Amino acid sequence: MTDEPTGTDPAATKTAELSCAGCGEIVFPSEDFCENCGRRLREGAAAPAGGPGPARREGATTKQYRGGADPARACAHCASRTIDAEGYCGACGMRQPAERDHVEITVPAGAAGVSDRGRRYARNEDALALTGHATGVAAVVSDGVGSSQRPEEASRAAADTGAAELAARLDAGTDPQEATRLAALKAAAAVAALAGSPGEAPSCTYVSAVVHGGAVTVGWIGDSRVYWIAAQEPPEDAADAGVEADTADLAELTGSAQLTEDDSWAAFMVAEGALTEAEAEAHPNAHVITAWLGADAGEVHPHVRTYRPSGPGTLLVCSDGLWNYFPAPAALAALVDGSADALGTARTLVRHALDAGGRDNITVAVIPLPTPSTEQPR
Amino acid sequence: MSHPHFSISVDQNKFLPEGGREVHAIVSVEATDTRGSQPVRVDRTRAGEVIIIDTSGSMSYPETKLRAAIEAAQTAIDTLRDGVEFAVVSGSNWATMVYPAQPGLVAADDRTRREAKRALGRLTASGGTAIGSWLRLADELFGDRDGIRHAILLTDGKNQHESAEELDAVLFRCGGRFVCDCRGVGTDWEVAELRKVASALLGTVDIVADPAGLVADFQAMTEAAMGKAVADVALRVWTPQTARIKFVKQVMPTVEDLTGRRTDSAPQAGDYPLGAWGSEVRDYHICVEVPPGEIGRELRAAWVKVVVPGEAGEEPQVLASGNVLAQWTDDEAASTKINARVAHYTGQVELAAAAQEGLQAYRDGDLETATARLGRAVVLAGEAGNDAMTAMLRKVVDVIDPVTGTVRLKRDISKAAEMELDTRSSKTVRTRKDETVNSRRGQG
Ligand SMILES: [Zn+2]
Ligand SMILES: [Zn+2]
Repeated sequence: MTDEPTGTDPAATKTAELSCAGCGEIVFPSEDFCENCGRRLREGAAAPAGGPGPARREGATTKQYRGGADPARACAHCASRTIDAEGYCGACGMRQPAERDHVEITVPAGAAGVSDRGRRYARNEDALALTGHATGVAAVVSDGVGSSQRPEEASRAAADTGAAELAARLDAGTDPQEATRLAALKAAAAVAALAGSPGEAPSCTYVSAVVHGGAVTVGWIGDSRVYWIAAQEPPEDAADAGVEADTADLAELTGSAQLTEDDSWAAFMVAEGALTEAEAEAHPNAHVITAWLGADAGEVHPHVRTYRPSGPGTLLVCSDGLWNYFPAPAALAALVDGSADALGTARTLVRHALDAGGRDNITVAVIPLPTPSTEQPR
Repeated sequence: MSHPHFSISVDQNKFLPEGGREVHAIVSVEATDTRGSQPVRVDRTRAGEVIIIDTSGSMSYPETKLRAAIEAAQTAIDTLRDGVEFAVVSGSNWATMVYPAQPGLVAADDRTRREAKRALGRLTASGGTAIGSWLRLADELFGDRDGIRHAILLTDGKNQHESAEELDAVLFRCGGRFVCDCRGVGTDWEVAELRKVASALLGTVDIVADPAGLVADFQAMTEAAMGKAVADVALRVWTPQTARIKFVKQVMPTVEDLTGRRTDSAPQAGDYPLGAWGSEVRDYHICVEVPPGEIGRELRAAWVKVVVPGEAGEEPQVLASGNVLAQWTDDEAASTKINARVAHYTGQVELAAAAQEGLQAYRDGDLETATARLGRAVVLAGEAGNDAMTAMLRKVVDVIDPVTGTVRLKRDISKAAEMELDTRSSKTVRTRKDETVNSRRGQG
């Protein structure tokens, strides 16, 4: 979760203006379901597992842990079978674990991702999408801005729209840099369209990674990150391990590195030389982001970069729920064993973030490189 | 009958520390016309009105008191809209029909208004005061009718001619059957007694120290009654099996503890009667004790609904609903924050108690306690921005330091000033900046 500098506190207000399309009953903007007939009132909020989400392509599999919106399911706390449409138990009152509390996704191309509610927040406001495309794999991670309204819808829309657009563009032969930029802009438009009024602007971060041939193209807005974890670090005495600035468009990757630069207050202060990295991280403003997707975001300028790893390794696309605990590439590298089991790696990373406190939603997509799919047909 | 449009908004800090059990929320219930901000249309609402005038002997000392009461009742009758069924009752040791002659209600029109006003003009004062018997007649007049049922009760004295038990029994019977606004005229009546009546019958209580003020007051009261569009509204509060409601208090426009008014209505739910509603807002402070939960868990600590009785044999209708939530967090900044509106109303509940306790101590001759409690009231009234309370307090104490609450009792506190403060001590104001809410999420 991330703070937006101009965030306003939403009141828990219900005002009836709308009526249910199914039965005509008066419904409230804050409700996900009609209280009368149970019809879903809003798209996006906790979409059912396996549903026709825009990013779900043929071949992608999604494993959803814990219950969905099955009205007959038993309460996870008291076993009573009285869960209501809003997800609260009719006996003990506990909000039921949502399908988004823990999501695991694998794609046949050998990539996988895990998104988890963490230990502190009631909801998972991160979203994750993975997709195959004509020449490789793409992943999108989005983190809802906690101070905006309906951040979980914003991140869902961003990840699904971004991944679908990326795949469509790449399948159509668009250059990966351009596809990355266009997908981010389309995701931005989808999130901006969620705002029901000028006062509420569901907002989120956005980060994408596309693997094509032996190269990686990343695009981002906000403070979700991409890391490259090299299977073998360059020798200690190598002068510039990690990113070697090459041409303007393409950087060589020799060792583990962070491939994105946060749009955050902390990153800005460090870049300006006003604070050291440690000082910025310790500051209360550290997690205030300076760019985001949302109706109040102004014009969105996605950052896009392409890298060419010099050897095999693993790409991590993650929200700050993971990198808060392991900001340095070396710290993440220590947790990645370089096995081909992408799902196992993602689970391990999430488990480490949970063990470290799980103070935020945790999401990570893991893409081994070279991907098995580049050698075999999908 | 078409209902006004009700909405519920909940203002709270849902975050509890690890092991935290007490959930507080301010629940605002607002009724507006369905078409927007216009007042609720009431023209076709069925309504009954009973006006009860004290005609005990004291009402003619001075004679202006009875004359003012008659004139006020006549104005109230003029304020009734056509078709409202009404009656006028006079009260002394027992209750007597003034109009119509036989027990019953008649529809207001030009003729019945004229006849009722003429009958009022013939009233004379004699005998004692037995408020319970007057209310019992009003209850018989309303019978089992539906729609708005409203009474106005005017008295000038203590309930001396029946026992407190008799009055309590009548109040128990009449609670929920009609709403009664009570007015004390002069300074010889008992504030606590009339407050008990008004409270039991979901009405207001006020003092009209000078009989000359009665006409305007009766007109305002009748206009308010004519503005009610729906009767028998209730607040339904559902709580988890393992939770316990600590209290449900109305905190705006006046402080009224509703906790003991609960009637079980559905599994794990109880109804608290709210009386009749027009276009208005009322705020409630709800406190629920829940079993402690794990960090990160979210609980619906209370599900609050506005309900009205359904058609005969039907389920009650739910007109609005809202959630009071609890979520456990290890973020101390989040869990230790006190919601501004919870604090605001908590202060005003304490203010009402401090003022009433201070006045009771003063009457008991315990001037030290009186000074301390009224000084505390001065501080709380200042904090809440309750200027009306501050002004009334300054009629009974000289304020030396409004911040610390250092005060001195006035040498000659007038009976009217003391009773005015007592009667109106439970009136509250909404937060000065009541848009400030506290539902901010933690930082990630
Ligand atoms: Zn419906
Ligand atoms: Zn349960």
